[in-house]
Amino acid sequence: MRSRLLKALTLSLTLPVVLVAGCVSEPGTGASPGVGGDGIKVGVLHSLSGTMAISEVTVKDAELLAIEELNASGGVLGKKLVPVTEDGASDWPTFAEKAQKLISQDKVATVFGGWTSASRKAMLPVFERNKALLWYPVQYEGLESSPYIFYTGATTNQQIVPALDYLAAQGKKKLFLVGSDYVFPRTANKIIKAYAAAKGIEVLGEEYTPLGHTEYGTLVNKLVDAKPDAVFNTLNGDSNVAFFKQLRSAGITAAGTPVVSVSVAEEEVKGIGPDNVAGHLVAWNYYQTTRTPANDTFVKAFKAKYGVDKVTSDPMEAGYNAVKLWAAAVTKAGSTDVEAVKKAAGGIAIDAPEGTTTIDGGNQHVSKTARIGVVEPDGQIKEVWSSGAPITPDPYLKGYDWASGLAP
Amino acid sequence: MSSRIALALCVLLLAVAPFTLSPFRLGLLAKYLCFAIVAVGIALAWGQGGMLVLGQGVFFGLGGYAMGMYLKLSEAGSAGLPDFMVWSGVEELPALWKPFANPVFALAAVVLVPGLVAFLLGLLVFRQRVRGAYFAILSQALAAAFVILLVGRQGITGGTNGLTNFSRFFQLDLTDPNGQRAVYAIAAVVLGLVYLVARLVIRGRFGRLLVAVRDGEDRVRFLGYDPAVVKTVTFTMSAVMAGLAGALFVPIVGIISPALLGIVPSLELLVGVAVGGRFVLAGAIGGAILVNYAKTAFSEDFAEGWLYLQGGLFVLVLVFAPKGLAGLVTGARERLAARVRKERVA
Repeated sequence: MRSRLLKALTLSLTLPVVLVAGCVSEPGTGASPGVGGDGIKVGVLHSLSGTMAISEVTVKDAELLAIEELNASGGVLGKKLVPVTEDGASDWPTFAEKAQKLISQDKVATVFGGWTSASRKAMLPVFERNKALLWYPVQYEGLESSPYIFYTGATTNQQIVPALDYLAAQGKKKLFLVGSDYVFPRTANKIIKAYAAAKGIEVLGEEYTPLGHTEYGTLVNKLVDAKPDAVFNTLNGDSNVAFFKQLRSAGITAAGTPVVSVSVAEEEVKGIGPDNVAGHLVAWNYYQTTRTPANDTFVKAFKAKYGVDKVTSDPMEAGYNAVKLWAAAVTKAGSTDVEAVKKAAGGIAIDAPEGTTTIDGGNQHVSKTARIGVVEPDGQIKEVWSSGAPITPDPYLKGYDWASGLAP
Repeated sequence: MSSRIALALCVLLLAVAPFTLSPFRLGLLAKYLCFAIVAVGIALAWGQGGMLVLGQGVFFGLGGYAMGMYLKLSEAGSAGLPDFMVWSGVEELPALWKPFANPVFALAAVVLVPGLVAFLLGLLVFRQRVRGAYFAILSQALAAAFVILLVGRQGITGGTNGLTNFSRFFQLDLTDPNGQRAVYAIAAVVLGLVYLVARLVIRGRFGRLLVAVRDGEDRVRFLGYDPAVVKTVTFTMSAVMAGLAGALFVPIVGIISPALLGIVPSLELLVGVAVGGRFVLAGAIGGAILVNYAKTAFSEDFAEGWLYLQGGLFVLVLVFAPKGLAGLVTGARERLAARVRKERVA
């Protein structure tokens, strides 16, 4: 009698194995990965579910828009791009697994993906081992330069350092640091403290809360007691909503104590409510309001495809640029071969919505114009300062004396 | 007789997998086997012992971090620091890490640390006669607290990123398909052993006592047994199994991070067991493999809406088979037996 039970269970065990075996045999491709008969496969790997989905879906949309535009103008190397979308599910091991799947099963030419530093760190060994390419589109904490990753978001000297310079120029002498508890805020604050020590700025407090935290009463009280000139905010995601609301109800105003945020863009302003954050500062490389001809086209195309109420933001623009930069490098190399693309990529420049950006062949980051903006009551961001010209990426902050102790 | 055939077939399938599956798919299968090892422990504690363990992620994590710390140190060399400590500003190896440079210590810790934590917790909790929903909530709170602790101590634990980037597992090269096959084989063997141990426990005197505790704890106490001891021992066994699974997960998937250990992943471990059937060991194993396989398959084919499919599967099974898929089989078997009896009578 027990036997029948076991038999049925065997079936439930066998089924997945057989099904898995069924999807194994896929023809391998030669030197040019991703190139099939009629198209070139590219991977798009972002969180479409989980806590990061709200941010990452917009980047995925921007990347698909860029792919669509390239296809409309004849594709790359005369072939259409075929995006293969995977869900990283806001879960770092899943990012690694799906990256491996895109590389070894789908044999994509390159992958555009990731948002959090944790997802990048999880994917990094996968790309390095398979000698495959990842284009990572979000500003991050620097101190990294993988030979198989191109970083199209800002590194610290293109976002955090200019923001600190701006605050110093405004005469802000006392800072309070608030961040989510993970690698980016902790590393960012390490850099901020080194900068502060060298420039005679006082750091009055450094507070971390878990991702997704929404109770900021205690933290805001500490902040009020410390009386800083400005707050440097590296909180991520929905924590910002609670933080800004409680800050406002504690009577902290943008005029008295401005908060500079590096992870709050147009999309997040919508969530926080423009009323709660209006007047505060943000530091990015691109705003929807940035005035370039390329941006007019980008914003118009994005709204036409996804709806007029949609906003565009810095990470979306960086994702959009990543696709265009990769396509330019492939065209120059005449092949999707990873080593050839890497070699061709150095010096490639495109007319991006944020202005001209150029790939640095050495560290595989891109040059970017730094912009400080102020949040307007309508939810848009107005630029109040810009570096004028693109800043050369310096992920290890080698060009800054005060940062000499930071890089390993 | 045919139960042996079924078992042999399972073994055969697991044995041919390395030769028919691509390294990527084999790695996924190995990962499912890890979850199946946890499932055996859950079936023991929950199915047989009636302890709803909502925080197995803690023990999975303890085993995983013990292994990850050793692997990280073995790659960092004698004087080197693990990569994340360098960017977290830690200059000297923390005392907690030092013994993990020794492989024997690390392997022992994989088993002993989860076991000890579960044992102490079990003694404390079960002696106080905490059970049912209160125990479930307590185990879940433990998982939440554990994650906050790991994330908060970035310099020691790697924070949200966890420990990643492993290329060697003792003598095995994890980047090489043969190394990956070997790791898979280890996982399959460990699953087999864990299954055998659990089977022995259930079929023995202790297993009957455990079921008795589940169905009538007070009666067992009046008979002169101490239910707290029975439950603590079982809970410890299930924790050790989760720890072993966590340790194997590290070389197989190449990462251990708090994202794997919190409330949601702990619940996912339970979902597999619920779908497969918590009262039958083979059901729990099959369920864990099936649910995790479905997660991969659904998310690959329907990247945008796979969570609904996954949820739908869970709801369907629980509505139509409250005792899981294995329960369907047992139910059908019992009905058949009843009919045979009836016909005989007639």
